[in-house]
Amino acid sequence: MKLAIIAGPASVGKTAVVRQIIREFRESSNPAYVKIDVVRAFEDEELREEFGIPTRKVYSGDLCPDHAGIMVLQDAISWAQNVGSGLLIIESAGLCLRCTPYTTQSFGIAVLSAVSGSNSPLKMAPMIAQADMAVVTKTDLVSQAEKEVFREYIKEVAPSIDIIETNATQGTGMRYLMKALAAYPDLSDAAQIVLRGSPPLGVCTICVGKKEIGWQHHFGVIRPLEEADNIYRGD
Amino acid sequence: MHRDQMSEITVLPGTNRNGKREGFDQIIIRPGDTLSIVGPTGSGKSAFINDIEVLAQADTVTGRRILVNGVPPSDEMARDPSKKPIALITQSTRVIADLDVSRFLELHIEARKQTHIKDLIENTIALANEFTGEQITRAMSMTALSGGQTRALLIADAILIGRTPILLLDEVENAGIFKERVISCIKECRKTVIFVTHDPYLALSTDRRIVMSNGAVVKVLEPRERERATIARVSEIDDLLWDLRERIRSGDLIGEEDAIDEEIGVPA
Repeated sequence: MKLAIIAGPASVGKTAVVRQIIREFRESSNPAYVKIDVVRAFEDEELREEFGIPTRKVYSGDLCPDHAGIMVLQDAISWAQNVGSGLLIIESAGLCLRCTPYTTQSFGIAVLSAVSGSNSPLKMAPMIAQADMAVVTKTDLVSQAEKEVFREYIKEVAPSIDIIETNATQGTGMRYLMKALAAYPDLSDAAQIVLRGSPPLGVCTICVGKKEIGWQHHFGVIRPLEEADNIYRGD
Repeated sequence: MHRDQMSEITVLPGTNRNGKREGFDQIIIRPGDTLSIVGPTGSGKSAFINDIEVLAQADTVTGRRILVNGVPPSDEMARDPSKKPIALITQSTRVIADLDVSRFLELHIEARKQTHIKDLIENTIALANEFTGEQITRAMSMTALSGGQTRALLIADAILIGRTPILLLDEVENAGIFKERVISCIKECRKTVIFVTHDPYLALSTDRRIVMSNGAVVKVLEPRERERATIARVSEIDDLLWDLRERIRSGDLIGEEDAIDEEIGVPA
């Protein structure tokens, strides 16, 4: 099974990118999808209805949504393997731009919007720098010159990152993403997966820099995939 | 291939909105060619030039494929702006970049890996000012430019900074720019140019006219000499309308003596 982790600010078009990925891989890989969000999310229901694929959502509630995603990731991998999926897609809530949810053994995609202002790549530097690919959406709304200027800002943050520009609702330019994702290796040993970067300081064990995925490895407010309530697990 | 080398573009047919194949085998666009794309709103004109800009490989809604010099373009050419032989000026004159004019141009110069940055910025602004009556200065904020100023600057940018052999211009007539000056400049620079246009003068002044309907190319016209007399006439009418427009904009009352000359009137 392959693991793809998709991050990016709210409303940039992450789900539009996910739709294109599902369309491309539905025949070959039976994609499964998990959406992490804070209060409400509808993407799981929409995608299940549209494509008939296994989907789930996790509400982080009082927990940071990226941390909630990391907490449930080990469980989510088991779930996706159990439903016979060949490609698990995790979509972040897209709130904090500091913490990056990408892990080892996964394909990390940062989604940015071409209409979000020239400095936005600088503001979300860690999210871009640790991704495998930056997908710039809504490029149909800006001029070519502006698209190229936006690209320069991304390169300032991550000089060697693979950048694709797309109008994700139509899928223009997405063939490069599909090629890269298809060529990416399957995850080899889920127990060995760790975060690529160190999260910022905080109060839970993910906040303070423990990189293991799965709630079993953490203390404080933790979160399994089943049992949606917050669970406090000692210190 | 370096972008400064001339490139020949081949458009291979896709399908219309009902999935029916388009009515041409291939459209070859050679260096220095001028084409116009005409058809009602929503007929697929912008999609046609967008296919060329993204060097589509059956991965857009139209299903068209684009060849460069007879072969599918390399990924590098399609993805690295400094290697792409094409510049597109979209219909949108919105700019979101919160930068001033000179910083915007500077970043684009870096993206296109050009040198002599200072001179190039000055020359681009000077050329843009030939295309618009509203003066652009280097310290102006990109987001504060008018539609005409933005369009003029982006065309000048495509000619001097993009320096691509192929220019795609989507409804340039809509923003207040001097379109005759733009056309003559493009011709002086020996660019290949494709206009999406509703403007009779622009449409008639190109070598070939592609007619769109329901998302597909339905005709490719090569008028050659047949429309020459009409072009001269349309040009006169255009000058008259330009003059009238300018006077109305500046607050003149248009009197009897200005009544449209019957001699020019409607083309026969």
